[in-house]
Amino acid sequence: MGGQITPTAAACPGCIAAPADAARPVPKDAQIALSLPGIHCSACIANVEQALNAVPGVQDARVNLTLKRALIKAAPDLRAADLIPVLERVGYEAHELDPGALSATQADKAGRDLLMRLAVAGFASMNVMLLSVSVWSGATDATRDMFHWISAAITLPAIAFSAQPFFENAWSALRVRRLNMDVPIVLAIVLALVTSLWETALSGKHAYFDAALTLTFFLLAGRYLDYRTRAAARSAAEELTALEVPRAIRLRNGAEEEVGVAALKVGDLILVRPGARMPVDGQIVSGRSELDRSLLTGETLPVFAQPGTQVSAGEVNLTGPLTIRATAVGEDTSLHRMADLVAIAESGRSRYTSLADKAAKLYAPGVHILSALSFVGWYLYSGDIRTALNIAAAVLIITCPCALGLAVPAVTTAASGRLFRKGMLIKHATALERLAEVDTVVFDKTGTLTEGTPDLVNLPEIARDDLAIALALAEASAHPLSVALARAARDAGITPADVSDISEVPGFGTEGQHAGQRVRLGRAEWVGAPDGAETTAWLAVGDRAPVAFRFVDSLRPGAAEAVRALRDGGKDVILISGDAPTAVQALADKLGIETWLARALPQDKAAHVQTLTDQGHRVLMVGDGLNDTAALAAAHVSISPASALDAARVASDIVLLGTDLSPIADACRTAEKATKRIRENFRIATIYNVIAVPLAVAGLATPLIAALAMSTSSITVSLNALRLR
Amino acid sequence: MEVLAYLIPISLFLGGVGLVAFIYTVRSNQYDDPEGDARRILSNQWDDHPKP
Repeated sequence: MGGQITPTAAACPGCIAAPADAARPVPKDAQIALSLPGIHCSACIANVEQALNAVPGVQDARVNLTLKRALIKAAPDLRAADLIPVLERVGYEAHELDPGALSATQADKAGRDLLMRLAVAGFASMNVMLLSVSVWSGATDATRDMFHWISAAITLPAIAFSAQPFFENAWSALRVRRLNMDVPIVLAIVLALVTSLWETALSGKHAYFDAALTLTFFLLAGRYLDYRTRAAARSAAEELTALEVPRAIRLRNGAEEEVGVAALKVGDLILVRPGARMPVDGQIVSGRSELDRSLLTGETLPVFAQPGTQVSAGEVNLTGPLTIRATAVGEDTSLHRMADLVAIAESGRSRYTSLADKAAKLYAPGVHILSALSFVGWYLYSGDIRTALNIAAAVLIITCPCALGLAVPAVTTAASGRLFRKGMLIKHATALERLAEVDTVVFDKTGTLTEGTPDLVNLPEIARDDLAIALALAEASAHPLSVALARAARDAGITPADVSDISEVPGFGTEGQHAGQRVRLGRAEWVGAPDGAETTAWLAVGDRAPVAFRFVDSLRPGAAEAVRALRDGGKDVILISGDAPTAVQALADKLGIETWLARALPQDKAAHVQTLTDQGHRVLMVGDGLNDTAALAAAHVSISPASALDAARVASDIVLLGTDLSPIADACRTAEKATKRIRENFRIATIYNVIAVPLAVAGLATPLIAALAMSTSSITVSLNALRLR
Repeated sequence: MEVLAYLIPISLFLGGVGLVAFIYTVRSNQYDDPEGDARRILSNQWDDHPKP
């Protein structure tokens, strides 16, 4: 950024004048991370970077397309909230990520560590393979021995470094007297090395150094793919803090101070401005307003709040500033108590065994028995322990799960890459397999199928004069209903009427003077109208009967497509909401959902999902609110949008990064395809074993055959996984 | 066969060079954004002079 001037100390005369500041550590540049679910091309990169770099205070902005993120180095006082509107103006959706620099680098360290081991195994196996090829093509006597010794000199340190993850895993499994996939792997590697060394020392013909190395290489490749997919998903999902309240305004002796939510204590007075979220549970001390409880209960109707009203963490304050006295903070808030429900439901989830585990359970003992049998058999037959050991090693190497180790990670990497490009993050390793089994989909309403923002529906029924007055009043307020009303009226070409002395009465509405009459726009009881179940704002002009403005929650983009595609795919779609029956039924009719349930408490949702499960259904739960978390955790597999509360995102297996819902149906299809590929891969690996194992047991396997069989099966399996694209 | 005395050390050395080069690329974060890098090469933004 040639044209950009870096702020210097001289640009801030106050800093120089205040010597006290000099003692304080210089504030470090802020690191801001944003999630950008919508970017996909080089033009996107350029647009986003240009827009961000044009913001004063931004020193450097760089987009990472692979992770769909932007990392911004900026002046310390710049907030992510300042940058998100900038990106929205150029047409990109953005969410704040917790830069959590520490955890990110740590996760990266593990990935780099694996990559390094993979590289060492790869380079060593290339060199050893070079030497092995000359042995296979006819090197004899001293030359062969020398080649074997050189191979040994490369292999031993390379394996000692590269295969450490396998050694560690196998050891931790053996220590608790269990078998896992790594035990036969380690046994094969060690046995191959020992017999090869022994053979080399006796100038024997067959050495399996190359096999031991390629085995390590292929298995590390599988591990690395697995790690990459999961690390990317995990870090992004954990860092999505779009909806959390990291800071709160505490009132102390009448003075406002901004503190971290963690620093709040019971009894503190906290100021919550309109539009902000309650950081703690508490009681309102002063101020009147309306509260949006939709994330906690699913109700769309704002609730009136006045001194004495109890508020829960997570509710949104809509109109007037509120001062609350904290009654429960941190772990004790209702928001956190809800997490207990999740913990109970989650214990049921862990019973799922992945396809890979099922395969390993069959495989690990089978391989050991087979190799032990061939050792015993050959020892009895030939009486030569060296031959018997050689054949046992060959059996272990040939059966070793190269293809098996790649079968699952190669497919999941391809599938999650594909879904990530569509804006979905797979958080859980077995989520795809579980998603493939789903036959029933349960949707939450508010915030999931709908956007949680209201839309005016009865505009044509209202007289233009009334609309003009309402528009003038609505534009004076930031209440969501007012904003929606103003937007709809403006779109219809209405110009605001001449209303004077407009004032907002927090918690009730807006009032003013028009043509000598008092006009009011607001809650039913305030303007003297009958109270209804629907989301309605009322306009009262003088003594005339109040006019109703009815609102419904607007549909999320892609909601109709997603529901239709899921039903076409033969799945039952069910709508469960905490909202009023009329609103739920209207939405169900609109989307063609036959089964719906209204006024469901969080427990009811979880219980309903449980009932479906007990009936033998595999349930996919899609929800965003705190009232959905228990159901999300109880379901076979769950999806939540990025706008969901943290607790809901943690409880779900898949996070939708964009606002569009249509990828859900796609995800189901991709998951089904992926599971099919995984099964195919297992079949390929089995066929290859069926052909190669008898050769090994019969003592006909040479290192050349082992190398060929191993590489072909691994490559076939990887190619099969790539077909998923 | 004397040629092996040269060729084997040479091949080992070349392999080592490849390994060291790879380790360098990993250490300097060159695999952090493979997809973005593949697209950036098509942008003409810094064609005239390198990014300062």
